[in-house]
Amino acid sequence: MDETISIVLFSGTDDKLNAAAVLAAGAAALGRPVKIFLQYWALDAFRADRIESDHGLAPEAGEAGRAAVEAATKAGHARWTDNLRAAKELGEVDIQACSLSMEILKIKQEDLDPLVDGVAGVASFYINAGEGQILFI
Amino acid sequence: MSNLDIKVKVDASGLSCPMPILKAAQAIKSVQTGELVEIVATDPGSVKDFDAWARSTGNSLVEQDASAGKFRFVLRHK
Repeated sequence: MDETISIVLFSGTDDKLNAAAVLAAGAAALGRPVKIFLQYWALDAFRADRIESDHGLAPEAGEAGRAAVEAATKAGHARWTDNLRAAKELGEVDIQACSLSMEILKIKQEDLDPLVDGVAGVASFYINAGEGQILFI
Repeated sequence: MSNLDIKVKVDASGLSCPMPILKAAQAIKSVQTGELVEIVATDPGSVKDFDAWARSTGNSLVEQDASAGKFRFVLRHK
């Protein structure tokens, strides 16, 4: 069995970014390699100058959801960037930016946070995913 | 409480998923084969997480108990 977990991270709101970060961190804790492929709005959220800013929540959050997430943040719940950094320190977590999304959003590699390891195309994503599971968020 | 020879103790109280299991994995990496790590967590999800983590990684869960909303796990590095 190929234990690699590959995550296509498309969404750029803080709730979905954190859902992906938690899945990546859990897999890293289990010793499973993790490959994250950043597309569109997720890639935009990894710009170095705005990675720590508020990226909002998915539309279904509503006001009550917003309040619940804000309360959790105040209570000291880890931010998605903290979860990803901890996952990278612990295990094998590779984060690649989709080259097409880079072009569409006019992002250069030097604009991205150091959490991002490189730029890749879709073929290399599939090759690296191997026979492992692929999640889309 | 038992008289186990604990090498590293980690207090993950107040931390939510996935931090308790991440900290456990970090602590286990820091000790040698056969040595013990103790983790205390308040995240109720940690009970099933530590069980699954131990079965998957081969490190053993040698002791576990719960009291007053705190979950305590003792892990042995394989």
